[in-house]
Amino acid sequence: MKKSWTFARIREFLRLNPKILIGLILVSFFAVMSLIGQFWTPYIVTRMDASSVSEAPSLLHWMGTDNFGRDVLSRVMNGSGITILVALITVLIGGIIGTMIGALTGYFGGIVDEIIMRLNDILLSFPSVLLALLLISFLGPGTINVVLALGILFIPSFARMVRSEVIRYRDRDFVRNARLQGIRPLRIILIHILPNARISILTAAAIGFNNAVLAEASMSYLGLGVQPPTPSLGRMLFEAQSFLLNCPWYAIFPGITIILMILGAALLSEGFKEVSGA
Amino acid sequence: MQAIVKKLFSLILTVLVISFLTFIIFSIIPGNAALAKLGVDASPEQIAAMEEKLQLNDPVIIRYGRWLFGALRGDFGESLQYSGVTVGELLGSRLPVTMVLAGISFLLIVLLSVPVALFCVKFRDRLPDRILTVLGQVMMAVPAFFLGILITYIFGLLLRAFRPGAYEGLSLRYLFFPALSIAIPKIAMTVRFLKSSVRGELSQDYVRTARAHGASEDQVLKNHVLRNALIPVITFLALVIGEILAGSIVAEQVFSVPGLGRLLITSISARDYPVVQAIVMYITTVVVSLDFLVDLLYRLVDPRLRRGG
Amino acid sequence: MKRSLAILLAFGLILSAVLTGCASDGKKEETGEDAPKHTETEPSYGGHLVYGMTQDLVSLDPHESTDAGTRSVVFNIYEGLVKPSSSGDLIAAVAEDYQIDQAGTEYVFTLREGIKFQNGQEVTLKDIEYSFNRYAEFSGENSAFVKSVKELSFPDEKTVRITLTNPDSEFLSELTFAIIPDGNDPNENPIGTGPYMVTEYKAGQYLDLSKNQYYWVEKEPYLDTVRFKFISDVNTAFTELQAGTIDVLNYLTTAQVEALKKSAGDEFRIVEGNMNLVHAMYLNNQAGPLSDVRVRQALCYAVDRDAINSFLFAGKSIIIGSHMTPQLPTWYEPAAASVYTYDVQKAKDLLEQAGYKDGFDLTITVPSAYSQHVDTAQIIADQLSLVGIRVTIKQVEWTVWLSDVYKGRDYEATVIGFDGKLNPSDWMAKYGTDAPKNMMNYSNAEYDELLEKALKAVDTEEKASYYKQMQMNLAENAASVYIEDPADFVAMNSQFDGYVFYPTTAWDVSKIYQISGK
Repeated sequence: MKKSWTFARIREFLRLNPKILIGLILVSFFAVMSLIGQFWTPYIVTRMDASSVSEAPSLLHWMGTDNFGRDVLSRVMNGSGITILVALITVLIGGIIGTMIGALTGYFGGIVDEIIMRLNDILLSFPSVLLALLLISFLGPGTINVVLALGILFIPSFARMVRSEVIRYRDRDFVRNARLQGIRPLRIILIHILPNARISILTAAAIGFNNAVLAEASMSYLGLGVQPPTPSLGRMLFEAQSFLLNCPWYAIFPGITIILMILGAALLSEGFKEVSGA
Repeated sequence: MQAIVKKLFSLILTVLVISFLTFIIFSIIPGNAALAKLGVDASPEQIAAMEEKLQLNDPVIIRYGRWLFGALRGDFGESLQYSGVTVGELLGSRLPVTMVLAGISFLLIVLLSVPVALFCVKFRDRLPDRILTVLGQVMMAVPAFFLGILITYIFGLLLRAFRPGAYEGLSLRYLFFPALSIAIPKIAMTVRFLKSSVRGELSQDYVRTARAHGASEDQVLKNHVLRNALIPVITFLALVIGEILAGSIVAEQVFSVPGLGRLLITSISARDYPVVQAIVMYITTVVVSLDFLVDLLYRLVDPRLRRGG
Repeated sequence: MKRSLAILLAFGLILSAVLTGCASDGKKEETGEDAPKHTETEPSYGGHLVYGMTQDLVSLDPHESTDAGTRSVVFNIYEGLVKPSSSGDLIAAVAEDYQIDQAGTEYVFTLREGIKFQNGQEVTLKDIEYSFNRYAEFSGENSAFVKSVKELSFPDEKTVRITLTNPDSEFLSELTFAIIPDGNDPNENPIGTGPYMVTEYKAGQYLDLSKNQYYWVEKEPYLDTVRFKFISDVNTAFTELQAGTIDVLNYLTTAQVEALKKSAGDEFRIVEGNMNLVHAMYLNNQAGPLSDVRVRQALCYAVDRDAINSFLFAGKSIIIGSHMTPQLPTWYEPAAASVYTYDVQKAKDLLEQAGYKDGFDLTITVPSAYSQHVDTAQIIADQLSLVGIRVTIKQVEWTVWLSDVYKGRDYEATVIGFDGKLNPSDWMAKYGTDAPKNMMNYSNAEYDELLEKALKAVDTEEKASYYKQMQMNLAENAASVYIEDPADFVAMNSQFDGYVFYPTTAWDVSKIYQISGK
């Protein structure tokens, strides 16, 4: 009895919003696929095979093989996990720290705001490629360092966005009232202001996820991303560019995976936004 | 007025701090211009002589002081990677290219994204909106360098609308394609942002009040929503300009456009710090000035901010 | 007497080659079914060629030490008393003729009759003296060049005499230094005696050259103007080739060659040669497990060189086993290539003997800008995983590679290709225990002894035998994992012909011509 009740609720919820349904299907598909890809893949991810170089998709290799005879499906499965991980942690670092900085400085203003926002501007006005290059030169290449560097790169834009949102609300009546009631600032920010800014933050986070996936790809283009032979979708796309004419499947499958993954995440965030009454 | 002067002062300070930071960082990261220039064949003696010639052995502070003193007089020194070429010459030939490229990109973004966003809001959740939303998502999901490669393939090799790499002078026709590759994901991003902030505003109390008082939908959009949605939009566009400059780095590489971005990449890898320094100064000044302008605009749009802060 | 004969032998039939004014006689090899047709092409005069390069041109100063890409371009502008030929010899250039005395200490050159700089000014001994001193100054007081020379003198108006402190049969290759006009600063106004003169240089973009009307080789060059265009990204450069923006591009990958054949078979000709590099996984002989010779030998057994060759160069590279290019047959020891054959079991046994039964962690540092090195590292990583060695690849910027790996020797293994000049010591001296360029930290008493003997030897045969023993020494002690002299695929727009490969760094455009009637 109880089970069917839950199903009914879920069905109702989903019918309410097809975006969530599609988004959920896409996201869970890639989540499961990439999770499996960390433990099992049809072929060994980095194993090369001179006897099956650049083969078109077939029953043996569903997505074909690359110029080293590596199975593209195995690499997409494993690589999307790495891409998702990089993007998620990047957004978490950038989002949490950025929101904290933006909310506090926006709310309190004054000299601290001035100084931190100056620092923020410094980070923000530094060309991101240069900053990424410099950070990687400091930290050394490697997956963890890529995440760190990207995370740091993402802080200022979050901070700035949240700050302007907070400034928008801090002089509204409901905030003044809360202040007059003697509610502590932290609580005001967390309970009264940030929930109002949630749409912007959520949108920024969804865009952030998207950007992080793309940024990792750009870093691969400059040789700074996830290090080979570990696959990431961006790295695979980068390696595929010289084979676009001969073996388009190297590019097509990681490309489609990136697009669908981002689409799924975006639909999900939009769907929830709509359901939450925005 | 006092606030503006203060802002202006901190703007200059920011630029100075960044110039100093770049300098310091460049002295810490491994590799130097002499090594990059001489490669593997030079003897240690030749490397030492080159380091001496390029004045790389002086303490950072002295080198920074020398650089700052020159920069204040408008002399950015000589390039380290190219023998006998001044930074001024290099930037003079590259700067206009990047400015035009960024200008076309920005125009494309503004001209295309505002109508598309308003169109989407009007057809909210109906088929045109859905199609455009998905299309936008797909556009945003293509890595910049790959989008550039695709545009080169389609417009350059298949349609022969331009000849990849055949860039001569300030050719608008040629620059349109790299500009397009920069603009496409930003257009999708801007549309998305515009839509969500307009919608966010539409759900606010004052809109309901206005509607309750019998204001038409167009009136609501024009008089209330757009005005209030303007602040984050301005902030957003300022960010977009910064991102165009970053995007031009990749686009210039892919389309072989001799602009600042390409120069920046080669100069970083050659550890040609006078050139990097000058480019960073330029980009920083642009971004910080934009920030300053945004701030001024805030004050115009939102009178409450005029009293300071 | 015997020695002087040997020297004559060593430097080949130079005079005859010069006198007959030999044109393109490179190790050119055409691919495709219609190969013979191309070799029959008729040259025409005039035309414009755009040569794509993915390395930046950093200086037009020929005396400054620069990277290989820059030297390859500058080759067309300047010449020395002698210059390298495509067959690996040194041929007379600014000098018309030269003699080396029996002891090997006195080099006498006769200035070429009527030779002029690109500005029409005749070359005089003053110019030679100026160039000599400028080159010596740039090389530094402790350089081999400055140390070797005892005296530069001018017995008469047409003759240059260089006296050495010690006999040195390899010294001639130093005399390829560019001859420029007295008092000239090449950075301001580059002038030489080469087939092409500089008309415009845009740093980081292109170098425009035009025909030197005073050039001493008859009927050369063919083309009126040549542009060397710098394109930083390899894939962009390839797109520009396909679009017809550039006419020549070298170092193509096999994938690019395939794509070209597929999409535009007739529009391009692919010329195959070699890069003249020792492409290897260089090992830091003092880093952890690598200090054990058995471990290094295990690596040599575990790396399948043929697989790398077939993955990356369609099997067209020449497999090598030591630090010398097969393009210099006088010095090359072919036996070194077969010291190790791919054998996983042997590798495992050796590792077990050395106490690494379960393998070890190895970091391969590679310069990120060179996809061939990165790809090679990927292949090696996979191959080594079969013997239990866990590889991490670390990509670094080229500058970082130079400072950390090359200069700082702070690495375990790295994949790179080293080039060299025509003299064998330029390739092999870097393995001497105290050599400043001994990035491998190789130290072997026998090797040092052989090197010393080789440098002193005047007789070519004797000299060659030392160098060959040195190559075997490197192979047997597994100083590094030597892989190949990589194949170089050059694509050229099919309206041009005459591409010539050199065993040194040179992109000679003076022999390229537009095919008559195209």
